[in-house]
Formats: sequence, structure tokens, C-alpha cells
Amino acid sequence: MLRYSVKRVLLAVVTIFIIAAITFFAMNAIPGGPFAKEKASEPRIKAVLEKRFNLDKPVGEQFLLYLRNFAKGDFGVSTKTGREVSTTIFTSFAISARLGSMAILTALVMGLVLGSLAALMRGKWPDRVIIFFTTLFVAVPSFILATLLLLVFSHLLGWFKVWSISDPNYTLPVLALALYPMAYITRLTKSSMLDVLGQDYIRTARAKGVKEQLVIFKHALRNALIPVVTYVGPLTAYILTGSLVVETVFNIGGLGTHFVTGINNRDYPMIMGTTIFLATLMVSMTLISDLFYKAIDPKITFD
Amino acid sequence: MSDYTADTSPRKKPLSLQLDPGMFERATDEEKAQHEVMRESTTFFRDGLRRLSRNPLSMLSIATLLLLLITIFVAPLIVPYKYSEVIKVDGQRDRTTANLRPMTYSVLEQEKVDAGEKVFPHIFGTDELGRDYFIRVIYGARVSLAVGFFASIIVLVIGLLYGSVSGYVGGRTDIIMMRIVDIIYSLPDTLMVVMLSVVLDQVLGDSLKGTILASLGNNMISMFVVFGLLYWVGMARLVRGQILAIKNNEYVLAAKALGGNARRIILKHILPNCISVIFIATALQIPSAIFVESFLSFIGLGVQAPMPSLGSLANLARGGMQIYPYKMLFPALGICLIVLSFNLLGDGLRDAFDPRLRR
Repeated sequence: MLRYSVKRVLLAVVTIFIIAAITFFAMNAIPGGPFAKEKASEPRIKAVLEKRFNLDKPVGEQFLLYLRNFAKGDFGVSTKTGREVSTTIFTSFAISARLGSMAILTALVMGLVLGSLAALMRGKWPDRVIIFFTTLFVAVPSFILATLLLLVFSHLLGWFKVWSISDPNYTLPVLALALYPMAYITRLTKSSMLDVLGQDYIRTARAKGVKEQLVIFKHALRNALIPVVTYVGPLTAYILTGSLVVETVFNIGGLGTHFVTGINNRDYPMIMGTTIFLATLMVSMTLISDLFYKAIDPKITFD
Repeated sequence: MSDYTADTSPRKKPLSLQLDPGMFERATDEEKAQHEVMRESTTFFRDGLRRLSRNPLSMLSIATLLLLLITIFVAPLIVPYKYSEVIKVDGQRDRTTANLRPMTYSVLEQEKVDAGEKVFPHIFGTDELGRDYFIRVIYGARVSLAVGFFASIIVLVIGLLYGSVSGYVGGRTDIIMMRIVDIIYSLPDTLMVVMLSVVLDQVLGDSLKGTILASLGNNMISMFVVFGLLYWVGMARLVRGQILAIKNNEYVLAAKALGGNARRIILKHILPNCISVIFIATALQIPSAIFVESFLSFIGLGVQAPMPSLGSLANLARGGMQIYPYKMLFPALGICLIVLSFNLLGDGLRDAFDPRLRR
């Protein structure tokens, strides 16, 4: 277990480093820099600005400098706004994290409940209804879902107000984000639950006269959870990138918005900061869910 | 033909090992009938097709996709408008052609209709520049489907080559190749897709001018490159797994003993045995490619204007959504229909062809 964990952690670190490198060199390969657009800037001013952000040095040296600062915890300063990138990331991440964690929770809880329900009522109408809707939701891209929700519930019916910082209503954005993973988790839970319910130990438990609730919650559900746990990593990644779009549609100033505007503005420190932050989050969530999976499933051997 | 009975059959010598025909009973007609072949012998492929045709959802999605394909190829021949053409009446620009509602005519067109002339109706209305929206949605569906299809082919080719080599050669090569796959696999794909599309789009710049590829546009090319760079890893893993499972079979050993080279063994003996699994994975790749394309188009990194795709149409429709909600509805429905059909078809194919799921 220890050997495996160390290996995985090392792989994760390498991955994040590679992402940082790709982003840095790819970003610098784009013609034009952060200060190319400002028409009025005099060459002298431009030179000073470029010196300020180390842009006058060769790309390789810039990367090393960035890594050194990064190791000290310095994300740099935005070339556009002049604010600390880390401050921007953490304030906007507070909003994204709230949105994301609510969406993850909704998707997990609803998916587990609906999936178990569908498995237990196999072939009856609740199963059919659940499977019908989950099949449908898997086919709807989140941006379309977000726009349709906004159109129907905000404009036509007027049930929810449009999102604003002073009056944040997360219902619609959370729904737009959570429906796809919820549908996926439902299908996952259903198939793994059906698999578990057919096992011998379930029959044994029933034969012993264990109460049906106990059989379901203690014997079946706990084992059926294993595949769902592995999905938590990809789920987080999905939610984080999905919020890129959903935040745009609902006009929420979260981390995704800063990532997109950062790219559009050639704001090098901002692009690097948001990319590394998001990548670290995603990679570590995948890592945690994989390690957790290995820890709870005795059938898995460690290679 | 002699007819043996207990009386006519030649007597068996007491100590001979010859069987005594007299001991046997003749089969009745009913018993003979049991040996008749009741069902035609079937191949793996035909058996899969039979299973597939019994699945109503798969058949429905095949029908939907066929209908869609026919529509997107036939409609541009029938509808007299072009996707980038601003509608003019008798060569005259009509201001009222912009933002027409479905099945309505502009003022000048209405005059013509009243005069008894025939004007082809705007089935989905027109967009804000006065272009026929129906034909734009049709072309959008064309672009989206084409992207999905070609992206899957790219993924298939790269994944197949990489996976075959890695799985067949094995040893240290396999370990190194799979480490690379592991790393690419753990890259957050959407982040990288956004990043790479922006970069490639700029880097390509004018370098494509004058080539055939130029007509596709830089965005489209960079999208394919991104697919080629990022999404092949799943396919490579799948192919490697299949090859590992098959390569230790005796017939592969026999082929090796007869002096078959690696290329021949992989192409002739291994791939045909796992082609169904690979084929299904490719089919399931199409909807996810369409998803990515529509996502990129939606945030403005997809196909280039004036070429429409379902994603970019949906993005454009977002602006006037309160007044013209149907403009959002048509491309949205298009994406959902295509993705849903491919998903259901993929599930059906897997149930019908995957040897692991057969009972």
C-alpha cells in the first residue's frame, strides 16, 4: 500500500509539473504577449513592463524563474489588473468551491438514492422513469442545460432570480452542473447494486432472517458504493471544468471566468496560476479517490 | 444399399471384434429429425446483428441517425439558400429578412407570394443577419457530425497503432509507453483542450493558406490536433488490454513458430479477434467528440464563422434568447438527438457484440 501510494503521489507531482510546462511553453508560443495589444504604450514603457514581468529573458529562463517563485508560494501579479494572482484565485475560488461542492453533493446523494431505487424496483415503473430521464440527461451538454434552465425558470416562469453577488441563488447553476453526473452516478449505482444483490452473501443474509432494510443498507449498499467512489475523482474534474461554462452562462464571477478571460487577455501569470490551481485540484482528487478505492476494496491487490 | 435386420445381417463370429449389427436398432423418423439442422449456422458478426435488430432502442436510434443523415445531405439540394448567404429578393436587399419567425416571409417576399410567385419558406425562420436558419442548422449538424466522425477515426488510428505496439512488444517498452499514457490520461482534458485550441489556432496562423486544409479553418484543424494529442489514450489502453489477453493464445504461438512476423500476427491473428470491442469504443467516441466540439464552439473556440456548428449556433442564440427562444431550441435539440442516438446505439452495439456480455 505504501509503495503504491508513493508511486501514485510521485506520478501526480510529475503530471502537475508537465501541465505547468505545457501551459507555460504553449502560452509563450502564441504570437503577441500581454503588452502587445496596448496600442498607446511607448517602447520604453513596454520595455519597463516586460522587465517587470521577466518577459525580456529567454523563455526557458522565464520558466525557471516562475518555478522558483512558485516554490516560494508566489503566483505573481496579473499583467492586466496588477492584483496578486493568488488573491484573485482564492476569492473567486470561494464562489466556485461553493457552487462545485453543492453540485457534487447533489449529484452524489441524488444519484445514489435514484440508482438504488432503480435497482430495487427493477422492471417496475419507477425504474423505467429513472432510467428514461438519466439516459436523456446524459445526452444534454451542460451549456445547453444551463441556458434552457435559465430561459424556462428565470425568464418564462420567473421562479428564480438571476444570479448576483448580493443575492446569490445557487439553485439553477447547481442543477445545470449536477444533472449530468447525477445521471451517470444513477446508472453506475444501479448496475453495481444489481450486481451486488445477486451475490450469495445477500441470499445468506436474507435466509438468516436479517431485516430487508439492514440487508440493503449494511450488506448491499456498502459494497455497491465501491465503483461510485472511483468516480468521485473524474466527477470533481467534470464539475470544475463544467463550471467554466455554467459560470459564463449564469454570469457568475468564479474561477472559470478568470481562466477564460486570462487566456483572452494573454495574462500570463493569471493563466499559469489558474491552470496550476485547477490541475492540482483535479489531479489530487483523482489521487485521493483512487487511494481510497484501493483502501476500501480488499479484492484489489497492490502492484 | 443393403437393409440389415436381425435376420438378414451376416452372423458375427463369436470371437471377432467386429460389431454385431443385429444389436442395433434403426432410428425412427422422429429421432432422425432431431439431427436436422434447425438453424442456419451463424457467424459472430451475423449473430451480433441479429441481437442488435432485436433491440428496439438501437433500431430506433439507427433510424433516427439515418433520417438525420439523409436530411443533412438532401436538404441543401432542395433548399435554395446557402448557409452564408444573406437572403435577397430579386437581387434586392430586404431589411425585413432579419430575425424572421419560422415559416414567415419578409415584406418583399410576401409581395411576391401575394403576386402568385413561389418563394421557398424559411422553415426555421432567419437569423439576425437575414440568413436562412434552417439551412444553417442543417450545416451545423453536418459540421458537428463530421467533427465527431473524423475525431473518432483519428483517435482510433493513433490508439490502435500505439496500443498494438505497446501490448505486443511488452517488457520495458510497454512500461515506458504506458507511463506516457498514464500521464496524458491524468491531464485535465478540458483545460488542455481550451489551452491548446487557443495556442494552435494562433500558431497555425496563415501557414495553411492555399492548401486544401485552409477551407476547414484553423480552429477545426487545431480541434483535430487536440483530439489526436489527448483523446487517443483511452483507445490505446483498450487495444493494449485486448492484445495482452489474446497474444498468449496457442494459435499466436503457432503463427510465430511458422515464422510470421509481428505485423502479420497482429493484423491477421490478433486484431480480428478484438475488432468488435474496438469498433464499439470508436462508436462511443463519436458522441463525446461532438460534446467537446459543441463545448469549444460554445465558448468561441470551435469552427470559424460563417461556418456554423450546432454549438456555435447555440452560443449565438444565447444573445436574443428571451425574444427568439426557438433559435436556441433547434441546435440544442439537434445536439441532444445526435448524442442520444449515438449513446443508445453504442449501448446496443456493446450488448450485441461484446463477448464478455454474452450469455
